[in-house]
Amino acid sequence: MHQFLFLLFGAFCVGGAINLLIQRKTINSALSLIVVMGSLALIYLLLGAEFVAIVQVIIYAGAIMVLYIFVIMLLNAGQEEDAKGSNVAKIFGIPGLFAGGMIGIWVLLQHRPEEKLIPIGALYGPADKVGMMLFTKYLLAFEVTSILVLIAIMGAVVLARRSNS
Amino acid sequence: MIPISWYLLLSAFLFACGVTGFLIKRNIITLFMSIELMLNGVNLSFIAFATRLGTLDGHIFVFFVMVVAAAEAAVGLAIIISVYRTRETLNVDRVNLLKL
Repeated sequence: MHQFLFLLFGAFCVGGAINLLIQRKTINSALSLIVVMGSLALIYLLLGAEFVAIVQVIIYAGAIMVLYIFVIMLLNAGQEEDAKGSNVAKIFGIPGLFAGGMIGIWVLLQHRPEEKLIPIGALYGPADKVGMMLFTKYLLAFEVTSILVLIAIMGAVVLARRSNS
Repeated sequence: MIPISWYLLLSAFLFACGVTGFLIKRNIITLFMSIELMLNGVNLSFIAFATRLGTLDGHIFVFFVMVVAAAEAAVGLAIIISVYRTRETLNVDRVNLLKL
């Protein structure tokens, strides 16, 4: 059952990622990215990470992607244009990429440590434990993060402002 | 019971798709979405290893990665709007002021 669920959501992930690559319209890419993020949230649930799964849906699939789609529709981004790409890249690039990926997988499989199976839900990441850790062990990083977000907000406002001159 | 290598393979695939999209796409918004895809792949690795090692630190790291991704999306999209205002295009090949 768990393997079936993992394979199902993993297939959704893989399909969404490939669809993001082959779609020519930006809005279709954005929607397939939402599919990837939603199925990743379900995979996090399979791994027992409840907090991260909920945050993934709220922040990634919710806030960030809404921002992306807002900008896509604001700028009226349609189809992307064909590039005058070099033929060398087309001839050697795709097989080279494929060969590189295969070599990477082969190396990973050669040096595989002893395979320990993960029982589903072996470790629950409930919000209270994660929050306790966030406010004790990682308190400084958390506070620095708030400053980072503040700077990002100010930067976004300054960058997107229409200059008066 | 699922071996951890499955999760790592899925994570590596998502990261590779992100890199490929970043290299072959020309729309600047799609480039940013490819970066998000890469970050998601890394997050999956973090969660898989956190489960394997039995600690919650990986979850905290994923939280920080998400915050950084949100900040990056806000600033990046503001830059995209600014670029569109000045250059009237979203094609990265046409944004070539710094090119010799």
